[in-house]
Amino acid sequence: MTGTIKPRDAKELRQAVEWALNDGVTLDVRGESSKLALGKPMKCDQVLDLSGISGIVDYAPEELVVTLRAGTPMREVETLLAQRNQMLAFEPPDLGPLLGREAGQGTLVGTVMGNLAGSRRLSAGAARDHLLGFSGVNGRGEAFKSGGRVMKNVTGYDLSKVVAGSWGTLAVLDEVSVKVLPAPDQTATLMLLGLDDAAAVRAMCAAMGSPHEVSGAAHLPGRTALRLEGVAPSVEARLKGLRELMAEAGAAMEELGTLESRAFWREVRDVVPLKAAADAVIWKISCPPTEGPAILARIKAQRLDAQAFYDWSGGLIWLALPPSSDADHTIVRGALGTTGGHATLIRAPETVRAAVPVFQPQSPALATLATRVKESFDPKGLFNPGRMG
Amino acid sequence: MEMPPLDPAILARRSDIVAALRAIVPGEGVIDDLDGMRPYECDALSAYRQMPMVVVLPETAAQVAAILRYCQDHKVKVVPRGGGTSLSGGSMPIGDGILLAMGKFNRVLEIDYANRCARVQPGVTNLGVTKAVEHEGFYYAPDPSSQIACSIGGNVAENSGGVHCLKYGLTTNNLLGIEMVLMNGEIVRLGGKHLDSGGYDLLGLMTGSEGLLGVVTEVTVRLLRKPSTARAVLLGFPTEAGAADCVAAVIASGIIPGGMEMMDKDATKCAEAYVGAGYPLDAEGLLIVELDGPPVEVDYLVERVAEIAKGRGATTIRVSHDEQERVLFWAGRKAAFPAVGQISPDYMCLDGSVPRGKLVEVLAEMRRLSKQYGLRVVNVFHAGDGNLHPLILFDANDPAELKRCEELGADILRLCVRVGGVLTGEHGVGIEKRDLMGEQFTEIDLEQQMRVKCAFDPDHLLNPGKVFPKLRRCAELGRLVVTQNNIPFPDIPRF
Repeated sequence: MTGTIKPRDAKELRQAVEWALNDGVTLDVRGESSKLALGKPMKCDQVLDLSGISGIVDYAPEELVVTLRAGTPMREVETLLAQRNQMLAFEPPDLGPLLGREAGQGTLVGTVMGNLAGSRRLSAGAARDHLLGFSGVNGRGEAFKSGGRVMKNVTGYDLSKVVAGSWGTLAVLDEVSVKVLPAPDQTATLMLLGLDDAAAVRAMCAAMGSPHEVSGAAHLPGRTALRLEGVAPSVEARLKGLRELMAEAGAAMEELGTLESRAFWREVRDVVPLKAAADAVIWKISCPPTEGPAILARIKAQRLDAQAFYDWSGGLIWLALPPSSDADHTIVRGALGTTGGHATLIRAPETVRAAVPVFQPQSPALATLATRVKESFDPKGLFNPGRMG
Repeated sequence: MEMPPLDPAILARRSDIVAALRAIVPGEGVIDDLDGMRPYECDALSAYRQMPMVVVLPETAAQVAAILRYCQDHKVKVVPRGGGTSLSGGSMPIGDGILLAMGKFNRVLEIDYANRCARVQPGVTNLGVTKAVEHEGFYYAPDPSSQIACSIGGNVAENSGGVHCLKYGLTTNNLLGIEMVLMNGEIVRLGGKHLDSGGYDLLGLMTGSEGLLGVVTEVTVRLLRKPSTARAVLLGFPTEAGAADCVAAVIASGIIPGGMEMMDKDATKCAEAYVGAGYPLDAEGLLIVELDGPPVEVDYLVERVAEIAKGRGATTIRVSHDEQERVLFWAGRKAAFPAVGQISPDYMCLDGSVPRGKLVEVLAEMRRLSKQYGLRVVNVFHAGDGNLHPLILFDANDPAELKRCEELGADILRLCVRVGGVLTGEHGVGIEKRDLMGEQFTEIDLEQQMRVKCAFDPDHLLNPGKVFPKLRRCAELGRLVVTQNNIPFPDIPRF
């Protein structure tokens, strides 16, 4: 029977890890458990619950930085920033409902651990680009820190980057400093109607390469959406310019205003347009934008009932497949071919996730290096053992 | 500056090592005569010089792999070098090591406008990337001052920034992929034309690792479309505090300028005398704020910035009306370092970063330290992101003055750390700030970083003597003493 250990501050966290190290106890590290169903299933001796180490430590809007404890819920951070017209520019998605949980759950640090990002990944980066620094405990039971609270910092290795996206397997964080940015006054969306995948990706790439500062480019079946954000006169001027540029695509066009746009892009961010059946298997594919349509076509050639939509100008494919014992992982990863890129199994039953690689398998040289990096933080494999395995 | 002691056993094998390198890189790619090696004895931190044991200039990743494999097998140290423009001694040679110069990797391999990226060899200069794509209206955003000479490979090693990184990010935010050679000779690829990593973000870890983890042999960078307009606003303030307040107010109002630079009165005077940019000589604090984007947005923002500046007591407000005037506003700032070089035999350039809110406090304390040490300090900095570049004026021919200058520099960097900042914002630690790492990091912090180093280079052969004040053997760092049942059961809530 798994127990739960719930430290109340950084000191207790360090003690807990020290105890785990000494007793050889593996830890299932959690915030609000909203992404528990993502990753390889784990068998841990104890749950390490970080929700007791929570709260905003410091927020200086004019410094564009917020410092907070690891268990702080995302909703608390977003509410705080909204009061000062600021935001997390990487557009953290709420994958809760997709993963069978309620909406509005999860911590900022949990999002960082998955290096998640929404449509603005294209222009503003992912969680990894906004983590300025952290403090935490390594698998040796030692409290350490990296980075800082300032925008520009090249002092020592940028451990923030490797910790972001590590799904809690390298270190347990107790505090992070994150970059924030002004929220845009206005948002507009230019919607192109009726383009096929290839034409849509061509249009999105042309839009991204234009001077109109497009901050989101997604293609849903029948609808291709381009987002513009900023101060009103600028959005208006760019929308006009973008309309003229997109006239070449020969598609009918519609426009969405600020409120409609916000609702639309929130749905894209949270993968709502996939309209996946409750038992569908869900994949996330990152690829060079222009390769997206060919990759999806290769998958659809073998799985006629695949459903999908594109974000990131075609470089992100959200894919739903009917349930199967191996999540069709050879078909999906085979479709990537030699394009580079990677496919992550975002949702599948536990037995399936136990049987197939959830994360993109790496070359032997890289896999060895990754193992050595893991051991440099957590030599005994205490934290989330096997979650990325 | 103390470097690790030379290994006589390696020096005794010098001719064998040179012969082995000649077998890997034929022809003129191996340089072992003193005259030939002279250009490599230092980088842009020219106060420190050291001749390498031998210089090798490979042309292919396979040659780099063979060199590193040889060095790993024979325990020979290696220092990688790109354009040699490091301001922190990142590519300073070591006397018993090979200098691996990447200058022959100078080709642009592929430009892919649809996917907005360029694949280049690491010896291509930063500006070379922009030059290759600007005819199509694109550019590469990070723009360190040395951009005509610094290499993209070196930019990856140092995570280089520049004037525009407040809005467009550092190298790490504009890098999509690399090919690199590990110390054991394995060639691996990280990233590509896609976003993010399917496993650990080793690309992010490599960026800014100062040549201690691997040798980059190919780079894929993100290209951006050039903004349709850019205008600069020149703002003069009767006090430094007024200028610093204005910086905070602009950002608090929701504006992220393309660049926001500040100069103190002395720097303004030097720059004006050097290029005649028309700077107001009565201003104690001078700001150059650049706004870029669509013309209508730039016009709108220029007005808002001017209003904010007026509210903070600006005595000079001038807006560039054409490209020529914008370039002129910047000319003084860009020439500030050589301009200061005109009034002093030597200067040392520091690179601390502080929270913007501490700018005024830090400037005042710097003045006091300057008086205490009897050395002039001139300030030029990236105010938008709190990255200071204090220039300490001194005469390197006077050893006592050099020592005083180093001590003052250390005190200024300690001050940056004390107010919540860091030792280096963009120049790197190298050898220059190596011995100050303890001011910012605990022993445990540094040990964790060194363990990461051990994961890539277990024998500390790659660029040793840089970044870490004290090298610890990897076996020793990896030791884990587990004391069974020795620790009191912690008093923590359990369920």
